[in-house]
Amino acid sequence: MSDFVSGFWNFYVISIVLLSVIGCAVLLWMQSSARHVEGETTGHVWDEDLQEFSNPLPSWWRWLFYITIVFSLFYLAMYPGLGTYQGQFGWSSTGQYDGEMKKADDQYGPIFKKFQGQDIRAVAANSEAKEMGQRLFLTYCSQCHGSDAKGARGFPNLTDNDWLFGGAPEQIKESIQKGRDAMMPAKGVKPDLNGDQIKDLAAYVRSLSGLASDSIRAQRGKELFGPACSACHGPDGKGMVGVAPNLTDKVWLYSSSEDTIIETITKGRVNRMPAFGEFLGDAKVHLLTAYVYGLDTGAKGASEHKEQEAKKEQEEKKEHGEKKEHGEKK
Amino acid sequence: MASDTSSKAQETRPSFVEESLYEVHKKVHPRAVSGIFATWRWALVWITQLIYYGLCWLPWNGRQAVLFDLVERKFYIFGLVFWPQDVIFLAILLIISAYSLFLFTAVGGRLWCGYACPQTVYTEIFTWIEQKIEGERNARIKLDAAPMNARKFWLRSAKYGSWTLLAFWTGFTFVGYFTPIKTVWESLWSFSLGPWETFWMLFYGAFTYLFAGHMREQVCKHMCPYARFQGVMFDPDTLTITYDSERGEPRGARKKGVDPQSIAKGDCVDCGICVQVCPTGIDIRDGLQYECIGCAACIDACDQVMEKMDYPKGLIRYSTEHAIESHWGWKEIISHVARPRVIVYSTILAAICLAFVWGVATKASLRVDVIRDRATLAREVEDGLIENVYRLHVINVSEAPHRYAVSVSGLPGIDMVGDRIIEIPAAGAKSFAVQVRVPPDSGKKGSNQIFFDVKSLADEKVAVHEKASFLQP
Repeated sequence: MSDFVSGFWNFYVISIVLLSVIGCAVLLWMQSSARHVEGETTGHVWDEDLQEFSNPLPSWWRWLFYITIVFSLFYLAMYPGLGTYQGQFGWSSTGQYDGEMKKADDQYGPIFKKFQGQDIRAVAANSEAKEMGQRLFLTYCSQCHGSDAKGARGFPNLTDNDWLFGGAPEQIKESIQKGRDAMMPAKGVKPDLNGDQIKDLAAYVRSLSGLASDSIRAQRGKELFGPACSACHGPDGKGMVGVAPNLTDKVWLYSSSEDTIIETITKGRVNRMPAFGEFLGDAKVHLLTAYVYGLDTGAKGASEHKEQEAKKEQEEKKEHGEKKEHGEKK
Repeated sequence: MASDTSSKAQETRPSFVEESLYEVHKKVHPRAVSGIFATWRWALVWITQLIYYGLCWLPWNGRQAVLFDLVERKFYIFGLVFWPQDVIFLAILLIISAYSLFLFTAVGGRLWCGYACPQTVYTEIFTWIEQKIEGERNARIKLDAAPMNARKFWLRSAKYGSWTLLAFWTGFTFVGYFTPIKTVWESLWSFSLGPWETFWMLFYGAFTYLFAGHMREQVCKHMCPYARFQGVMFDPDTLTITYDSERGEPRGARKKGVDPQSIAKGDCVDCGICVQVCPTGIDIRDGLQYECIGCAACIDACDQVMEKMDYPKGLIRYSTEHAIESHWGWKEIISHVARPRVIVYSTILAAICLAFVWGVATKASLRVDVIRDRATLAREVEDGLIENVYRLHVINVSEAPHRYAVSVSGLPGIDMVGDRIIEIPAAGAKSFAVQVRVPPDSGKKGSNQIFFDVKSLADEKVAVHEKASFLQP
């Protein structure tokens, strides 16, 4: 309690506390010799004839009061309660928090630290670490990146091979630890773009990844792309790790629809991944890095994975003839 | 305190006597009593305490039959395993207890207090020990008044020692329901008991000692809330322990075999035994009082006296206000049991009991929670399919490992990506992501109901059909 402006309030609090305790004790002591007339009522009557008698208390009850007073004095001596006096135990809420955190760290820390010295690639291959990583991911990351780590609109998919800030272990770790800030300025570096030009650009951007677009607009857009966008996205639109996303692949952070692309160009985009380094600590970040890195390797071996999936699907379809029909319809 | 009867009692006293604000506790030394109700009371002492002290030692499938594992948050009762999610059963159990209390009280008065309450039961046991060591009521009163000497010191040590042992065993048993009792027993002898086990053992033991040894009726009179709301649970047809004052008064001593009418007196011989046997130290002849815990010791005692006097039994008996007023027999009393409040209580109680039994009997050994990802409403994946992401939390509540098949249904062309077969160890849980995909034209725009099916591969009956919503953008 160092936040008192003047010493007066310290004194004020101490006096009120002590006066109250002593006052209670004096009252109690005075009452122990007081007498009253037997059968007296308090004069309160409820429900026609229900009266409150001032019958004597059992005397052991009085001792409970005395015990309370003794306890309060002990408490005030040991814990903060008298103004700025900290108490003999030196207790504070922050101290308790730190103590509990330390205790938890001592208990659970070794479980996380087990993998800290190992190489990310080795940790990613360890099945125990993977399970731990998944639990951490579900707790801290899934709110934005989804339970399956495949992201959502505005939140990147972590299971594909497309990395906005690099997919090497060190780069993933940096993303988790320090967070990432990304900003696309409105209308790129050419603030005088008009609405029609933006439409042209959008058509061109769509054509880059083979999406259907108006070819005349796309042609016009191509000419605008150089001055407006290539500074960051590169002359071929393939982007640069840590600077701007690749526009030629099929990965879209904010949807590939024309309207969305127009909106992106017109208004720009600001996005941020918060830093987790301080909050989670090195050991957990290490595990999470390995988990996220492992998700990507999963994508690398995707062709094999897909085959399995297809096989499974076929089996399923055999079982459910109905489903097969629907599958063919689409 | 604030009932009609106590105000009547107050009126008879002189109104100018001054007294202290505090009442000095006078120890009640109840005289031992035998008879039909005493037998009932002892039967209940045996039943409740055999269960309490014995149940925790019962093994079941290699574990303790009844164990409330707070650390693991699993609660074992014979073949059943309850999880924190089953807290509804605890709630229902408490509701059943409350309604049973209402019902029994409305019909038979303080049956709980008189026969089954732990305070009564332990007081009974502690008083029995006291009586075996220090002797009958008169001997105990004499011993209390006697100055300290070797004999008194020895008797007191023996009594307090026995009480302490029993109290300690009670505390030990209590802890044994939360930590396996054999572990507690072993660590007790190797002095390696955990701090919480030690605390609760001593705490529960100390309060058993204090309440059953020293506080006794003080607990009922000044601590128990139940005693204080008797007024609202009783009605004029509730059975209470009643002194038939019309038959008993005017009371007075007389020789054996004297016809009361010949000496113009009632049946009460004023022997005072009903007061001596009372564990709360009241005189039942003053009428119904909040201190009366309904133990019926005075009925047993008075019946014995009536028998000796060759008078009919039942001067003090279970009766109702209406029965005493209108001189009813048992037939009329029983015919008045079925009154609205009793019928309502019974109906509710029966319904809840049925629900409880049904709920426990059909309690699933598999639990599935479907949690929809909130950040990702819906997304488009390869081939234009629409995908929603769910997290499935599957809990295997049974005590054997299981393999489960996971499937999804509810929309045309619906399918899922993710583990289709999962394995969960005994009493374990697993959380995993499942992606559900449908063709873009499947279902309606907005929320569509879909179902997850989780089925045990070993036992078809162990299956959960859980609904979820699929968002079609």
